[in-house]
Amino acid sequence: MKKLWAIAGGSAAIYLVLSLFMGVFPALELSPTPPGPGVKPYTPLEQRGREVYVSEGCAYCHTQQVRPLAIDSTFGRPSAPGDFAYQTPELLGSERTGPDLTNIGVRQSSEIWQYIHLYQPRAVVPQSIMPAFPWLFQVVATVPAGTTPVPIPKPYAPTQGVVIPTDKAKALIAYLLALKQAPLPGAQAAEPSAPVAVAAVEPSSPVAAKSSKSAPAFDVAAGTRLFATHCASCHGAEAAGVPGVFPPLAGNAAVNDANPTTHIDTVLHGLHGKTINGTAYAAQMPPFASTLSDAEIVDIINHERSSWGNHGKLVTSSDVAKVRAQK
Amino acid sequence: MSAEIVATVSRSTPNEIADRDLASVFSAFTVSATIWLIFATAVGVLLALKFPYPDLATATPALTFGRLRPVHTNATFYAWASPALIGLAFYIAARSSGTRLYSTRLAWLCLILLNVAAILGTVTLELGFNDGAQEYREWLWWIRIIFAAGVVTAAWNVIATVARRDGKDIYLANWYIMGGMLWTIILVTVALLPWYQHGLGQVAVQGYYMHNAVGMWFTPLSLGVFYYALPKALNRPIYSYSLGIFAFWTNLAFYPLLGAHHFLFSPLPWWLQTTAIVASVAMLVPVWGGSANFLLTMRGGPERMHRSSAMFLLVGVLSYLFSSSQGTVEAFRSVQQVWHLTNFTVGHSHFTMYGFITFAIWGGVYTLLPRATGKYPNQLAMGLHFWLATVGVAIYVISLSIGGTEQGLDWVRGVPFIQSVVDQAPYWLWRTIGGSLMFVSHLVFAVNVWHMTYGGSRAATPVLSEYVPVRSAT
Repeated sequence: MKKLWAIAGGSAAIYLVLSLFMGVFPALELSPTPPGPGVKPYTPLEQRGREVYVSEGCAYCHTQQVRPLAIDSTFGRPSAPGDFAYQTPELLGSERTGPDLTNIGVRQSSEIWQYIHLYQPRAVVPQSIMPAFPWLFQVVATVPAGTTPVPIPKPYAPTQGVVIPTDKAKALIAYLLALKQAPLPGAQAAEPSAPVAVAAVEPSSPVAAKSSKSAPAFDVAAGTRLFATHCASCHGAEAAGVPGVFPPLAGNAAVNDANPTTHIDTVLHGLHGKTINGTAYAAQMPPFASTLSDAEIVDIINHERSSWGNHGKLVTSSDVAKVRAQK
Repeated sequence: MSAEIVATVSRSTPNEIADRDLASVFSAFTVSATIWLIFATAVGVLLALKFPYPDLATATPALTFGRLRPVHTNATFYAWASPALIGLAFYIAARSSGTRLYSTRLAWLCLILLNVAAILGTVTLELGFNDGAQEYREWLWWIRIIFAAGVVTAAWNVIATVARRDGKDIYLANWYIMGGMLWTIILVTVALLPWYQHGLGQVAVQGYYMHNAVGMWFTPLSLGVFYYALPKALNRPIYSYSLGIFAFWTNLAFYPLLGAHHFLFSPLPWWLQTTAIVASVAMLVPVWGGSANFLLTMRGGPERMHRSSAMFLLVGVLSYLFSSSQGTVEAFRSVQQVWHLTNFTVGHSHFTMYGFITFAIWGGVYTLLPRATGKYPNQLAMGLHFWLATVGVAIYVISLSIGGTEQGLDWVRGVPFIQSVVDQAPYWLWRTIGGSLMFVSHLVFAVNVWHMTYGGSRAATPVLSEYVPVRSAT
């Protein structure tokens, strides 16, 4: 009997002690971590949306942790302990099949885009493998008063009726849009983030745009990459937009305007409720002033001004700095 | 014929009744687990298909990826592997202690509790009740208490059985089995109590829980199966008893420390992360010690291995060795920059839970269940099961390891995120192919289990019924 006690009891006692030191004590220490400056609790609607996020298993493909690594910088600043004060259950996740969502409310702040994407991700991102969530929406013949239907693009729209979000979808989108990183104390609010490119990337040589001898140089490869990362999910990989929902950039007047102020201003500060070529666009474009540096904005704008048949005058970083200073 | 059986029954000694009870408990646990294996891996194949075909089966929320994923993992852990290992543990504890199972009734209660928990857990997840989307503890808290109650009855039964052993020694397999059960009761309790699980505190508990569920539950029980089934299958004692004891204590000393390596570069305290990395390296000691012990037990006897249940044990041991060593490498910060959060980790988890744990269970079942019931599986069907499962999991692990590496390198290169999704397409297709082979092998396994339990007829002369000492004379 003594031997049984030694083996079963002894090993259980050792495990209990190790569990306290590796599980319980660190947890006791970390649970009261106070919220960081600017980290706010969720509203009841956002909290309800967080429950939908858990219930539908979003956390199995989307992380909510930005590591202090160059490869994570595209998702936001590194996560700090104070970011998690109101995050119970924690949703850091273990797989990044889809992008990190820590800062998605800043990176993709368009509610309309979020609704379309939730209803059918492939309507806005053709290569996406995210599940569609049609049961979070209703198809109705007539739109109830006070409800805005979701403008689902043609091939994915129901043949009859219009799509409106359920309360669950509204809560989930409210939660996603509330996922915004509070700026870290000490870091300047408008400080441009580190470039996405890291050391392993072969530096692409600055290339002057064709057909213009005195045109300023810009990084063509970086422009292509940054456009795909930050712009293509709404404006489309070929900048054709989504009819009536997201405006095309191919042939866009602001993009081809010799005076680049409107173009630069739009990228820096976003846009909302604009009528372009007779079409009123309700979707809101996110501002990039706080997430992209002047050099990155130059690469994006010049990529847009020299692609898809556009022939806008190319801009320089001093142009961008000038517009940035105006606000 | 029937008259003969009646005559046999009427002459049954208490020992024969105890043997029959043990066989029926072992059979029921194995059959129940096998049904759940087929369910869980059918779900797995559907999940795999949703990567190349994301619009497959979207009509009902019950078939969406985010609900089926925890159904797959939890059913695999708690409805397939757990009951299968507990059934084996009951048999091993009783046989290696030279006594009968302490309580057949308690064993039935255990099986009922585990199945009630599994059914409730699966149904509630399907209905959208997920307790926080943290891996391997998604069942609602009260359902996890039902599961824990099942493990408590199992621990009680095993310890009481070992307490009635005929000799002084406690055979090594029972160390691992009793340890694993007691540790799991502690583990589940720590994960259930809510008072210290807010925000970042819950991250610390999650790191501890998700890895300890593998390392302090499935690993020790599977090692217990190796220590008993290998000598039985090969008809020779384990190579070194002391090395097995050494591996037991070192596993206990190091494994509980390494959970936080799932959250490297997170806001968890740096000391916790570094401790986890150091412990991950230290794990090479019990892993290599244990694996060497098993491989040396198998040495020089390919003719004993060939066409026998020992082949499953061999794959299990090799997977234990390589997947655990792989886990150590994955814990380094430099390596995690590429592999963490990618498909590589999904490959790793199947290398361990399938290549190691599931093959250990199969090796144990094919070696021991016929000894309990006197019914043997078809040799060809066993070989078919072996090759389908082995080739399937090899394709699965290799494709996701290559794909996960490319995924991580895509992120390092800074290409648009969607490119890292597009680049995975061929690997996800291969994963589906490997997974389908694995699933088909489970159907073959189910047929074999049927033949070893309720369906088959007793062999006229049991092939290997002689008493085999599992340990050299003491």
